[in-house]
Amino acid sequence: MSAQASGHGTMNIKLIVWRQAGPDKPGNFETYEAKGITPHHSFLEMLDVVNEDLIKQGKDPITFDHDCREGICGTCSAVVNGVPHGGQKRTTLCQLHMRKFKDGDSIYLEPWRARAFPIIRDLMVDRGALDRLIQAAGWISCHTGGVPDGNSTPIAKRDADYAMDAAECIGCGACVAACPNGAAMLFGGAKVAQYAALPQGQVEAPERVAAMIQAMAENGFGNCSNHYECQAACPKGIDVKFITRLNREFYKALVLDKVGATPPKKS
Amino acid sequence: MILDGKAPTGRIEESWDKHRFELKLVNPANKRKYKVLVVGTGLAGASAAASLGELGYNVEAFCYQDSPRRAHSIAAQGGINAAKNYPNDGDSIYRLFYDTIKGGDFRAREADVWRLAQVSNNIIDQCVAQGVPFARDYAGYLDTRSFGGAQVSRTFYARGQTGQQLLLGAYTALSRQIKAGSVKLFPRTEMLDLVVVDGEAKGITVRDLVTGEIRTHVGDAVVLATGGYVNVFYLSTNAMGCSVTAIWKAAKKGAYFANPCFTQIHPTCIPQAGDYQSKLTLMSESLRNDGRVWVPKKKEDCNKPPNEIGEDDRDYYLERKYPTFGNLAPRDISSRAAKEACDDGRGVGPGGRGVYLDFAASIKRLGENVIRERYGNLFEMYERITDEDGYKQPMRIYPAPHYSMGGLWVDYNLMSNIPGLFVLGEANFSVHGANRLGASALMQGLADGYFVIPYTIGGYLAAAKPGKVKPDHAECLKSIADVQETEKKLLGVNGKRTVTEFMRELGSLMWNNVGMGRSEASLTEAIQKIPAIREEFWKNVKVSGGGMETNQQLENAGRTADFFEFSELLARDALHRNESCGGHFREEYQYPDGEAKRDDANFCYVAAWELKGAGQEPELHKEPLKFENVHLAVRSYK
Repeated sequence: MSAQASGHGTMNIKLIVWRQAGPDKPGNFETYEAKGITPHHSFLEMLDVVNEDLIKQGKDPITFDHDCREGICGTCSAVVNGVPHGGQKRTTLCQLHMRKFKDGDSIYLEPWRARAFPIIRDLMVDRGALDRLIQAAGWISCHTGGVPDGNSTPIAKRDADYAMDAAECIGCGACVAACPNGAAMLFGGAKVAQYAALPQGQVEAPERVAAMIQAMAENGFGNCSNHYECQAACPKGIDVKFITRLNREFYKALVLDKVGATPPKKS
Repeated sequence: MILDGKAPTGRIEESWDKHRFELKLVNPANKRKYKVLVVGTGLAGASAAASLGELGYNVEAFCYQDSPRRAHSIAAQGGINAAKNYPNDGDSIYRLFYDTIKGGDFRAREADVWRLAQVSNNIIDQCVAQGVPFARDYAGYLDTRSFGGAQVSRTFYARGQTGQQLLLGAYTALSRQIKAGSVKLFPRTEMLDLVVVDGEAKGITVRDLVTGEIRTHVGDAVVLATGGYVNVFYLSTNAMGCSVTAIWKAAKKGAYFANPCFTQIHPTCIPQAGDYQSKLTLMSESLRNDGRVWVPKKKEDCNKPPNEIGEDDRDYYLERKYPTFGNLAPRDISSRAAKEACDDGRGVGPGGRGVYLDFAASIKRLGENVIRERYGNLFEMYERITDEDGYKQPMRIYPAPHYSMGGLWVDYNLMSNIPGLFVLGEANFSVHGANRLGASALMQGLADGYFVIPYTIGGYLAAAKPGKVKPDHAECLKSIADVQETEKKLLGVNGKRTVTEFMRELGSLMWNNVGMGRSEASLTEAIQKIPAIREEFWKNVKVSGGGMETNQQLENAGRTADFFEFSELLARDALHRNESCGGHFREEYQYPDGEAKRDDANFCYVAAWELKGAGQEPELHKEPLKFENVHLAVRSYK
């Protein structure tokens, strides 16, 4: 990451961007100039400026995923100078501001690169594999209606807070992009840990972790070898302790002979 | 035409239970024969798709995002209301009902609001059972906080990310049904037309946003849960992809559009920094629990650092004007008061469009740690965007378009005037009247999806023959041809200006003329100018790329084209409503002290507009509103 930009003048930035017309097309880096950028531009607003320019030149604008632009939907996803989301602590790409760069900087922009995330176009990738992990068993099976009063089971504040720490994951996939193995252990661990910490999640805990681990393998995610790059890249500060919890839950499931068992079906 | 909302009669306390009993049921063995198309996967859409799938219906769910979890409900921060009365502070279903009717400035249907208040408690139970990690006190019980427009503490929350946690709850329920095979998911798929056969909604035409394929999905009922339309102002707190497109396409097929002029401007957003800006960021109004809103008393102090302005030189205008509710006055009132202060030349920050939100007193009273625990993520967000530290100096805030109370007209069953077309959540007009209270959007989305549509859709389907329309029906083929024609036109203009430039121009006109303050003159001007810009759009827009590929410019162009049509209806509705109420403030209609002047004698109705085709004036239908349980009164928060 570049040194803090000073003053309020405008800057010109050199962008070296991965362009790829489609999933099966070859890709390459192209160089563009972002002109007249202020420190108050967000990173994506800087890309907007470049795209407006490209359109006017009759060229194809850069395709990139984005939506809420306030750091919560988890849509934006690009690797900036080798770091997913650009490396500002607890910050998604859409919340990164150009005051973190300075006039004349060169910025390399690439898509998430992982076996589980095929490229759709330019910086846009298919993260359906993360949805499939949740679909495998990332839930508590309660039907709509017919549940007890919300206050019927007190939950210790420390447990609720722990579950919330895990639940803050926005599912952007930066952890997978940062991992040398392309693993989704932090993503999966956060979900497993959230439910394992709560009384409501106990009943299905062994089946859940077993099914999610199996789904990771089936969907092209790798394994954890303790690099902790995921935690460093996570824009929500999700802790690798949740991977430890996932492992512990997995061993419990092994002991209970639940690994390989089918997750609960709709009844 | 006088519209009938089909609200049940009799004692309101029993209205929903009685109605539920009277609704027809679909035999469990027959449910899988019915296909329901659910468009949108936010709180309303995801909870509806999950619940309907669970009941046994054959559901298809669509979202334009790459995953259902990214719908914009995810961004709601503050909380969700429920009448649990856990704090023993005097809350009840009746009080939540009363507050919502009054907060909406008496422009909502009573029975719908009662039902909302009644099922609010079930929502909390449901979410807890799903593993939503709501905030808890040290004894392990659910914690609550206060929100604008209420004097009880009824807002349940999960840090500053309540919408995220509730949506993830609904998303996991939906994921469970996808696994079970009862719901089929179509992400990165945008609805571009409604298929109506023999007067009933039987399908949708969509574009696959990856391949560009345009195709029709047929079903026995269509459920739209596609959110709100305040991106018509260009800059808003909505996500970039939020648009009026789905409900506008339905309106063009005959669905009535109700109260489009009821838009909410949220008081606590980060002010605009420059022209390049693409969106405005909201900070939860829960900040107003501990933050005090002020501007300098003297214009000459506006450029001074705030910490150098003495206590006596500060105007805590909300506390001054509304001593009972103070900084917790409802959103419309707080927003307008900020605009007044800035119009008076006492605004702060760039362009004088900002007011202070000051935590110094709370930090002194409670300590910085307590404030950090309550709002830490919001302070972080503020600092990332503005480079300023809210603990050391007051934040700057300004109102921004945030939510639309208006939407497609629905009856008590959440069905539009087109049989088989149901509309849920922000996309319908129903419960919020002319102003929505904080923490009530999440409540409505989940109420509609979990606890209303699973009952009311049965009443329609029980009388419908399943699988009536096949994908090769003439109406389906015509719909595909129409969508392709529009796409071809957009790609064929090849003009000089980008889509964004047009949307910025439209948005700026809408914000200046149809925004927080509206007058006959400003609205008439907008209605004159919109068609001219629209015409230029169709002659001079430049959309790069082609149709059969991933093309974000084309997506935006389509949404912008719809905003160009819809914006005119919004302005017309605002012009016709010769009163001020809730989020609709007509400068001609105010009391000497600047408060909104409602006109119950002439405007106590829902305005439902029927489109008559290009170049024709839309026709107004009215649904009169009756208030039998809460007496019509001037809304006062003093």
